[in-house]
Amino acid sequence: MILEDLRFGTELIKRGFASMQKGGVIMDVVSAEQAGIAEDAGAVAVMALERVPADIRAAGGVARMADPKKITEIMDTVSIPVMAKARIGHFVEAQVLESLGVDMIDESEVLTPADEEYHIDKSRFTVPFVCGARDLGEALRRVSEGAAMIRTKGEAGTGNVVEAVRHNRAILGEIRRLKGLEEIELVRRARQLEAPAELVIETASRQRLPVVNFSAGGIATPSDAALMMQLGSDGVFVGSGIFKSQQPELMAKAIVEAVNHWNEPAVIAEVSKGLGEAMRGLDVHALPPEEVLQTRGW
Amino acid sequence: MSMPCHLKRCSRPVAGKAPVGVLALQGDVSEHISAFETVIRELGQDIRVIPVRKPEEIPSLSALAIPGGESTTIMRLIDKNHMRECIRSFEGGIFATCAGMVASAREVTEETRFTPLDLADITVSRNAFGRQRESFEADLSINGFEPPFHAVFIRAPIITRAGSDVRVLAEIPRGIVAVQKDKRLILSFHPEISHDLRLHHYFLSEVLSR
Repeated sequence: MILEDLRFGTELIKRGFASMQKGGVIMDVVSAEQAGIAEDAGAVAVMALERVPADIRAAGGVARMADPKKITEIMDTVSIPVMAKARIGHFVEAQVLESLGVDMIDESEVLTPADEEYHIDKSRFTVPFVCGARDLGEALRRVSEGAAMIRTKGEAGTGNVVEAVRHNRAILGEIRRLKGLEEIELVRRARQLEAPAELVIETASRQRLPVVNFSAGGIATPSDAALMMQLGSDGVFVGSGIFKSQQPELMAKAIVEAVNHWNEPAVIAEVSKGLGEAMRGLDVHALPPEEVLQTRGW
Repeated sequence: MSMPCHLKRCSRPVAGKAPVGVLALQGDVSEHISAFETVIRELGQDIRVIPVRKPEEIPSLSALAIPGGESTTIMRLIDKNHMRECIRSFEGGIFATCAGMVASAREVTEETRFTPLDLADITVSRNAFGRQRESFEADLSINGFEPPFHAVFIRAPIITRAGSDVRVLAEIPRGIVAVQKDKRLILSFHPEISHDLRLHHYFLSEVLSR
């Protein structure tokens, strides 16, 4: 092997990393201790944060990238991949996270957006990105900017799965409706979706997104996680749902098993026994518009 | 933690037509399935490729792929689903990539969270090249393959020691990245996502001919 010919950060490497996460649970953690619990429970990766989304909601103010010291402590503790969030459009936060060596960056609506016009040009980075989406057009716009993984936005920090379900159904339903369309019809559809035509054509022919598609935003129980898997997700992110529950260790293990056995209700029943209280949820419809996170980004 | 595999007698492999299984606990399972399907089609064979989630499915397979993914997660689920002994006593071919290599090792350096499956006498070091930003694509010389193989290394492990009964197929300055032990092919990289399927061809012809 000629060492000068090594190619880093190619699209294949970025999307390949995302593929290795499939069938897995990615857990939000705010400390090295929580990261260890997540790894022991069988998480495929952890998301290193200053606060979980439920606490970001409660704290208010401007939510930013986590302290690099905390991220580094978490990276030093676990051997599974460590992800971290940058604000929408804040490419310097993303540069900082890349220089720390995080394995994937989440350009996330959970943090306060830094740019209301442009998302980060993700193709310029060596590390892969995951981005939130509510519908197919949004998902494909992010893919065209270089996202290697898409997740539903849901409504983070609510413990209410309804928005994740809505966004997942919107994306997968739209993909099904592309089936059987002729190429000129797909090009027209691409204009309506405000997405690049070649990505719409690729999505139509493969009948799935060009990248891995996870669910996020409100998943709080093993049944919630299995629901998203049965709806066609490749895996799940669990934010506040684990460390805001009464027994995080049990909840973390139970959600991992529910994702592994997503199609076996008896197993989901068994792992759901005696978990104590899940996180306290919020009614999404009662949120004032300025507290809704999913409308950040476009 | 593990149960013995009592299932061997109930389902004997059917020569030639037995399906190829892909361990479907976590990781790039669908990529492995479609890579094997492509190669089987090219070979003109009539063999199914199936995702495997239960121990009783293993003995009747002709081969089992252990995919890429997170080795800690996959090992945890192998034990949780009582698959350890069925995989260890499986006599068909094993095609292991990346996390699959970690799972197949006799020994994993500095790993205390799980005991690997010991499918070959190798010592493996996890994330040997570093973090994701150090993941790379490269053309790799593999014994018997010309031109070089297009290899994709993603947070890849490396073999730091191979026993005398293990055949080394590819080695780079950092260590060994491909070995064969009888019908077991163990790789640091991911041929299932690089679209270079020559190792799949080689594996299936080795497995199906023995």
